[in-house]
Amino acid sequence: MDIRRRRVLQLLGLSAAALTVKPVYDALAADPAAGRPRVGPGREQLKAKQWAMVIDTRRFASEADVEPLIEACHRIHNVPHFELKRWEIKWIWATEYKHAFSGTSSDRFLADAVEKRPFLVLCNQCENPPCVRACPTKATFKREDGIVMMDFHRCIGCRFCMAACPFGARSFNYTDPRPYLKHTNKLFPTRMKGVVEKCSFCAERLAEGKRPACVEAAGGKIAFGDLYDPASEAHQWVRKNYTLRRKVNLGTEPAVYYIV
Amino acid sequence: MKDKRWIVSGLVVFLLIVLFPFWYNRGRAVPPPEVKLTEKAKAEKECVLARDYMKAEHMQILDLWRETVVREGNRIYTNPKGREFVMSLSNTCLDCHSNKAEFCDKCHNYASVRPYCWDCHIENPKEAR
Ligand code: SF4
Ligand code: SF4
Ligand code: SF4
Repeated sequence: MDIRRRRVLQLLGLSAAALTVKPVYDALAADPAAGRPRVGPGREQLKAKQWAMVIDTRRFASEADVEPLIEACHRIHNVPHFELKRWEIKWIWATEYKHAFSGTSSDRFLADAVEKRPFLVLCNQCENPPCVRACPTKATFKREDGIVMMDFHRCIGCRFCMAACPFGARSFNYTDPRPYLKHTNKLFPTRMKGVVEKCSFCAERLAEGKRPACVEAAGGKIAFGDLYDPASEAHQWVRKNYTLRRKVNLGTEPAVYYIV
Repeated sequence: MKDKRWIVSGLVVFLLIVLFPFWYNRGRAVPPPEVKLTEKAKAEKECVLARDYMKAEHMQILDLWRETVVREGNRIYTNPKGREFVMSLSNTCLDCHSNKAEFCDKCHNYASVRPYCWDCHIENPKEAR
């Protein structure tokens, strides 16, 4: 057996190289996209730079005008009803001018109609949202389309966001909400004890090409669209009408506008 | 060394307690759970991905779906065969596997895992709204 050390090493090297041929060939030959799962938006997904809502409050005269909208939202989003005020959970509700716009207007004497009118208030999906900055887990975050979204999976219930939101738009689940639901929309999750919730501008409906439920229930009294798109109804309404926003002096840049 | 007696008997008692479950359950294997497929799931033949992968790694898919839907706002998953799914636990997974008790729970109980998905996600989307 006359085999020299150098020959052995050469053979070893060659066989090692040969072993790598197949994986390298496979990797180069394979189309990287084929055979791999992909994720993406649905075909109907509505897109915007900043979703916005314009509420024509002149056309809401009484409780009866706002109640169906609140009901529509709370119904499809499994928002429970608590008798106990302290546990109350609300995504959208009605309030008076003096509460909605305290500090915004210096009017000492309001027009009668305005004073009595119900003002729908909800999360303003602020362009500069303090709740997002306060959230230590990024459970509250701003999406590219401007929606300030809740990730209930991540929420630890610290309620910093509630302290940070100047509009009281957020509610905390002090108890398991399920027993307090009069009926359940099986297509939408409920929440659990210990998480914060709020209006999400119906992100789950926008994904299916539908407008928010409250906008639909309003039958043309609320405009919804991309604030920065001149073709959108919301943009046109704020261009044509004098509008107010809540607590603009705080600089959160609310995306819900009110025609008064 | 005069405590030897106590130490040894203490050790014996300790070992007896620790080993008792093994002795008690000796030779008795708990049979692995038989999950039941609904007719709809059977008719589909294959889940989102291959069966073996789903068996072992479905939680990875669910985690990906959760992140993608909630954080990126993307809701459609296209599997390697080009089939599209709406990424939703309650509305897609449980549409076929509408028998949570006979399907999900069987294995989860056997493996003693308690996923808290169901605290929020509704178990059976099929009932009327
Ligand atoms: S209204 Fe409140 S919860 Fe909504 S984005 Fe603004 S600060 Fe956040
Ligand atoms: S309660 Fe939840 S969403 Fe609010 S700041 Fe804490 S973790 Fe974030
Ligand atoms: S936009 Fe959607 S989530 Fe927000 S108040 Fe209206 S219906 Fe409710």
